[in-house]
Amino acid sequence: MPARLTILIAEDSPADRMLLSTIVSRQGHRVLTASNGLEAVGMFGQERPQLVLMDALMPVMDGFEAARRIKDLAGEALVPIIFLTSLSESEALARCLEVGDDFLGKPYNAVILQAKITAMDRLRRLQQTVLQQRDLIARHNEHLLNEQRVAKAVFDKVAHSGCLSAANIRFLQSPFALFNGDILLAAFNPSGDMHVLLGDFTGHGLPAAIGAMPLAEVFYGMTAKGFPMMEILREMNAKLKRILPVGVFCCATMLSLSFQRQLVEVWNGGLPDGHLLRTATGERVALVSRHLPLGVLEPEAFNASCEVQPLQPGDRIFLLSDGVLETRDSHDRQLGEERLLQVFSGGHAPEQLFDEIQRALADFRGEAQDDVSMIELCMVDEAALVRPPLLFSDSGQSSLLDWSADFEFRGEALKRFNPMPFLLQLLMEVRELRARGGALYAVMSELYSNALEHGVLGLDSALKSDAQGFAHYYRERDQRLQALQEGFVRFGLELMPQGAGGCLRIRVQDSGCGFATDSVCAASCVSDSLSGRGLRLVRQLADHFQLLADGSGAIVEFRWTAQA
Amino acid sequence: MAITALPSGDGEELIIHIQGRFDFSAHQEFRDAYERVNVTPQRYVVDLQHATYLDSSALGMLLLLRDHAGGDQARISLVNCNPDVRKILSISNFEQLFKIA
Repeated sequence: MPARLTILIAEDSPADRMLLSTIVSRQGHRVLTASNGLEAVGMFGQERPQLVLMDALMPVMDGFEAARRIKDLAGEALVPIIFLTSLSESEALARCLEVGDDFLGKPYNAVILQAKITAMDRLRRLQQTVLQQRDLIARHNEHLLNEQRVAKAVFDKVAHSGCLSAANIRFLQSPFALFNGDILLAAFNPSGDMHVLLGDFTGHGLPAAIGAMPLAEVFYGMTAKGFPMMEILREMNAKLKRILPVGVFCCATMLSLSFQRQLVEVWNGGLPDGHLLRTATGERVALVSRHLPLGVLEPEAFNASCEVQPLQPGDRIFLLSDGVLETRDSHDRQLGEERLLQVFSGGHAPEQLFDEIQRALADFRGEAQDDVSMIELCMVDEAALVRPPLLFSDSGQSSLLDWSADFEFRGEALKRFNPMPFLLQLLMEVRELRARGGALYAVMSELYSNALEHGVLGLDSALKSDAQGFAHYYRERDQRLQALQEGFVRFGLELMPQGAGGCLRIRVQDSGCGFATDSVCAASCVSDSLSGRGLRLVRQLADHFQLLADGSGAIVEFRWTAQA
Repeated sequence: MAITALPSGDGEELIIHIQGRFDFSAHQEFRDAYERVNVTPQRYVVDLQHATYLDSSALGMLLLLRDHAGGDQARISLVNCNPDVRKILSISNFEQLFKIA
């Protein structure tokens, strides 16, 4: 038994009106009546019946016009209109269906009328359900978008604490890239190296975005403290492995760009090739994925080893998410690697490549792209970059001035642990040194790598005189470090008040002959060799530099006078 | 998307055939393929001959299978990979986790 409906009957003949009213009310429905079209429209406006039986031909306003007006008033809701008609030619009947929903021929048959009312009611309910569900989905969607806006605002606070606005960076990222699973981070470490990460989490939407926050926290936190890239990668992998469900991971490329040493370290796990373009030779070096993505392997199995490439000012690096290569045209073909390489080899000026790639994407797709992430990094002279001052969480009001400490880092520690962040944090407790934190970190890092690489590992910096030797040098460094059994690097730190100011003296020694005088001098004099930069830098940044007579170490000093 | 799972006669091996696009839409079907079998196979073979496309969600699903099959002890081969599929697997360095043929 169908539900009780309110049904409007518009019929100019009183006899027919009476007859229909009787049939319909006998079926249990509430009946409203009108004797012409205009009355029917007025009645509809007042009472909102759920169904209308409408005589086609009536005085004042005919059924067709009345039906049109009632449909207008009803809006999106379906108010079925069944035309009552003695017309029989097909065109007239077709017209009934154009404006209304069904028709019933005279004379009336009660059984057919009831069946039609039931059928139309079914249709009406269906429409009602569809509308309700549509509105529900719209509300959910609005809710979701709102949540995404809030999540994105929070994430932007974290993600934009970095240096994506630096002068040597250009990037392209959709405002909602986070929910495509894309993440792009960049930050300076204390010595002025730039860390960059382009990541792509599995999947889309919230599950893809959820890992971005911890990843960004680790990236920025550890970069600011001066941890080397390999340790940051290990920590990011361990953290993602711990918190993400199996099957969710992050394909990523991480770079550490050193403007002082003019080189880049690269780690690529699961992203398409990055591209390094050498301006001088026009050569293109692919930065190939050599690792599983972040968050797949257990910490013990994770491999953080990087490739190292020398750079010259003007050299450019491009990193792209796979959204770029998977961009599809109207025939559902993918852009693919070959089309991208054609852009690189197209003879464009290096500084125009970023725009050219964007243009190639737009031409291929035929519209603006919104789910790709891309970044271009340019090697520039150190001086060209403005770096933010180091940030400290305490107020720096108390300071420790008269102390000394000695550290010796041996075999296993040298293999697994970079003592720089640890030593730097200790020294940054001295308020007077904070202003020179960057220089201090750079100097100590140089001294440490010199002691480790030349002293403990016995590597010859002459190897680094060309790009090939350069790569060889860093492979060799990795291998020797892995095989390391003994050896040490010692740091002696001494803080002394001097008059109203003070002095920090750092003494570095190693178990080999990392500071053998003649090779250092020779290297330092070759102005553009890849190897001599380090110690020249130390001389420039420290207030005093002195090699120990036996070549086993060096002493540097940082001094300051009382601050006004 | 059609995924079928066929145990070998001795029940030692489960062969999962993937047809069409292997992406997130296949998630439930792929899980069912290895969870709703009565055998406990020693080895798994994922036949990708008729897989036209593979995305990062599919890689995630393969990791789920690997987890199901015992993690580092799992013995899973990915066979009949076309060049596109092979390329995607190699960019992600999945040959470190799966036998790829």
